[in-house]
Amino acid sequence: MGYTWNWRVFLSPTPSGDTTYLVWLLQGLQWTVLLPLSAWLVALVLGTLFGVLRTAPGRWLPRLATAWVEGFRNVPLLVQLFVWYFVAAEFLPRAWGDAVKQADPLAQQFLAAWLCLGTFTSARIAEQVRSGIQSLPPGQKNAALALGLTLPQAYRHVMLPMAFRIILPPLTSEFLNIFKNSAVASTIGLIELSRQSQQLVDYTAQPYEAFLAVTLLYLLINVGSMLLMRRVEARARVPGYIGTK
Amino acid sequence: MYDFEWSSIPGALPVVARGMGVTAQITLVAVVVGIVWGTLLALARLTDRAVLSWPAAGYVNLFRSVPLVMVILWFYLVVPQLLKRFLGVSEAADIRMTSALTAFALFQAAYYAEIIRAGIQSVPKGQVASAQALGMTYRQTMWLVVLPQAFRNMLPLLLTQAIILFQDTSLVYVIGLADFFGSSYQVGVRDGRLVELLLFAGLVYFVLCYAASLVVQRLQGKTAR
Repeated sequence: MGYTWNWRVFLSPTPSGDTTYLVWLLQGLQWTVLLPLSAWLVALVLGTLFGVLRTAPGRWLPRLATAWVEGFRNVPLLVQLFVWYFVAAEFLPRAWGDAVKQADPLAQQFLAAWLCLGTFTSARIAEQVRSGIQSLPPGQKNAALALGLTLPQAYRHVMLPMAFRIILPPLTSEFLNIFKNSAVASTIGLIELSRQSQQLVDYTAQPYEAFLAVTLLYLLINVGSMLLMRRVEARARVPGYIGTK
Repeated sequence: MYDFEWSSIPGALPVVARGMGVTAQITLVAVVVGIVWGTLLALARLTDRAVLSWPAAGYVNLFRSVPLVMVILWFYLVVPQLLKRFLGVSEAADIRMTSALTAFALFQAAYYAEIIRAGIQSVPKGQVASAQALGMTYRQTMWLVVLPQAFRNMLPLLLTQAIILFQDTSLVYVIGLADFFGSSYQVGVRDGRLVELLLFAGLVYFVLCYAASLVVQRLQGKTAR
């Protein structure tokens, strides 16, 4: 094949001279960890909110929540990201939009990717929260109401704690997905892991080393978060359900 | 507020329609190859022979832990080398389509394999036992008894996965292939009307995917027993 392997490429200095390519990779890794984790918080809050609203009484709140879920589920992630990055600021009042456009490019990229991943994932979490709530026996809600709890209290103290413990396994795979989906942020120039792999290819012409290193880092993130979630699942499992020891 | 100017959309239609052809082609090839290869992977994973089940499990887990963007980039790097080596295709040839098709087909197979494995496992054990009691070989049992029932059960899931795949094909943007999204983006940049073209592309995706998901929901109601 005529390819010369050179693993020491990671230790050679970058064009700017002040650091090595390894540091570039670690900087990318930092964003690939920070972005999904911070977006996960948004996704959990919004996902819980809209998941609850989908099961709420009345006509309009469930419809609003359904529109939220269907809207984010039926448009590709890449299109959503580009809309957040190129379009969203146009819908703000002019002064605000200009302020956003004049901000530091990294801040703009992060903001767009953060909102995009957060809302995209929230639609998926909302579906899981809904199915978790609907899988509960109706007696739980009725008993809570009969004891004099208000409906919000019944959600807060009875239904949601149970629902979350039941939906932990699908939540885990969504947690793994948000890390993988964060790679899409490379398309708007955010210097996360996949972006850095492409940079390394451009600057060093050692594509196999760069891609192998980055692929390995993604595998590590995946295995790491899987082990973490497995521990959470083991602790939170509801006795009496399938899968309980 | 932004002044919308939709006049570049009509002129863009032939271009983005060609892009939609690319999108449809990738989706179709990836679904067909993905289901065939995914079925083989699922069967391999479910055998007792470690020689088969371990590599299949490794393949599925590897592809499922790496972002699709990286997979597309990997194949864009590797496919030209392989083509050159085995078929003598020159490295200068435009292989973006070939490498995108390969990447999507092999990547989707990992996801389909998991769906199909669950589908096969959902068939009651008694079905296999009765087939064997009737003297059927492994191949006959799978082909005539287990797989038809499994596919019937998992049809909605397979179609939902196809909708996700249709959306994910937009990621060929990273290798500069002009699919539906890529060509909309290009027209938007060319005409200085990126905002309108992005919203247009999003709307088209939404209408198509939402309509397809409604069909899947109806189907789900029909096949549910």
